[in-house]
Amino acid sequence: MAKRVTTKHFFSDTAVLLGRSLRHILRSPDTIITTTVMPIAFMLLFVYVFGGAIHPGSASYVTYLLPGILVIAIASGISYTAFRLYLDMRNGIFERFQSMPVARSSVLWAHVLTSLVANMISIVVVVLVALLMGFRSGAGVLAWLAVAGILILFTLTLTWIAVIPGLSASSPDGASAFSYPLIFLPFISSAFVPTDTMPGPVRAFADNQPVTSIVDTVRDLFARQPVGGDIWIALAWCLGILVAAYAIATATYHRKIA
Amino acid sequence: MTLQIVHITGTAQQGGPAISVQGLEKSYKTLKVLRGVDFDVARGSIFALLGSNGAGKTTIVRILATLLRADAGTASVDGIDVAAQPADVRESISLTGQFAAVDEILTGRENLVLIARLRHLKDPGTIADGLLERFSLADAGARRVATYSGGMRRRLDIAMSLIGSPPVVFLDEPTTGLDPQARIEVWQAVRELAGRGTTVLLTTQYLDEAEQLADRIAILHEGRIIVNGTLAELKRLLPPAKVEYVEKQPTLEDVYFAIVGAGGDRSADSTGTADPTSTTDTTNGGQQ
Repeated sequence: MAKRVTTKHFFSDTAVLLGRSLRHILRSPDTIITTTVMPIAFMLLFVYVFGGAIHPGSASYVTYLLPGILVIAIASGISYTAFRLYLDMRNGIFERFQSMPVARSSVLWAHVLTSLVANMISIVVVVLVALLMGFRSGAGVLAWLAVAGILILFTLTLTWIAVIPGLSASSPDGASAFSYPLIFLPFISSAFVPTDTMPGPVRAFADNQPVTSIVDTVRDLFARQPVGGDIWIALAWCLGILVAAYAIATATYHRKIA
Repeated sequence: MTLQIVHITGTAQQGGPAISVQGLEKSYKTLKVLRGVDFDVARGSIFALLGSNGAGKTTIVRILATLLRADAGTASVDGIDVAAQPADVRESISLTGQFAAVDEILTGRENLVLIARLRHLKDPGTIADGLLERFSLADAGARRVATYSGGMRRRLDIAMSLIGSPPVVFLDEPTTGLDPQARIEVWQAVRELAGRGTTVLLTTQYLDEAEQLADRIAILHEGRIIVNGTLAELKRLLPPAKVEYVEKQPTLEDVYFAIVGAGGDRSADSTGTADPTSTTDTTNGGQQ
């Protein structure tokens, strides 16, 4: 077996390709707008329509809700990564890169890092809207950094999941449809309401799925509460899924490029 | 009828052929696409692989371009084995696939700069400007490729393939889907390329394209090369010419160019229709 990856230029190649896909985003800002519109709409709906009837605790409802909305924003944002990857596979530019002396893994990493940048932009937008709606947090710099770290890890995890359909889908809809269940997952978690009013089996699922631990951790960090064991559960979920998704994605990639 | 494969012209110009393929086999599941393909391509020549759709032309190109592994046989490009040292082969080649592999969201110039950067060349901007000029795309260079015509895209595609001056260039059906004028522009670009010493392996299903461009022509049929020779040699294989008197009707192509006005001097300003902003096409017209 010959060497598969030209590692000589990995960093410079990734940087060049990252510049390329960031340009794509700059030139079609609609992809960021559409990924922020849905979470913002959910936030408006839940705060101003349902929110009056929901009393999750002492904090305002928008403050309670924001962590879950951020999870939804990321879940909808990564579908564009799958879509962009699918387009590259389709239109032949991928083959052009593969037949050039380019570090082969750079092609994937450029898409992954682009996803990270795009999602962080949409997260900032959503947080700004939340601030306008009355979100307040007394969190210090460290807590904000911890929130950023968790969200970045979560974005990386979901992005590597997105790479799999991006490489293997046979239609653009197929490439992005996988994100729908991911967007739905926060609804069966502590994102919108505390889980203790849910009936047994639903509550069991909600309490033990990754979104709840992530949402609870971020919420505690915002509220300057001790995060307890949630943060370790959240990190374990993210890292575990990240490793599995990365392995499947790279295996799919190597199969695709022969 | 058995056709004898004849190799008349010598190939050893500077250390062996640019491309050498021996006993190449490839199957997709039960479908045998290549059943033992052999050919050599001399340095600096244009070699046309002719065959119908599904004959396996693209499979050969993909194997040579390190995108696909052969089941059996050997292939080397620029003296380097494609299976053993694919990374080194990639330094010597460039591929222009069946569909223009350009980035539509970027401008023409940005596409060229991107490839120059990925080939780790110095001064990508100057390289890009030079190629835009050479391929009559200078005026369109700042426009997004999404606004380009088919011919302009193809020219950009070929220009991208020439960055870094790889000694061997693969063109997989470079003119499929192009209008007659764009086709002639591409032919012009290919001739110019070979004129600079680049080895070109071209696949096509158009007989006239092979006739126009190629120094040698190989016909791929049912997974094997059944003929390989110069145009003159291939013609000699046919039954001897008979003299017949036939009224010469203008072909539709003659009519088309007579009306459009590019008939007499086909290489002249044919970009004009594809790109109204382009006024300089002297590079194409002037050099042949």
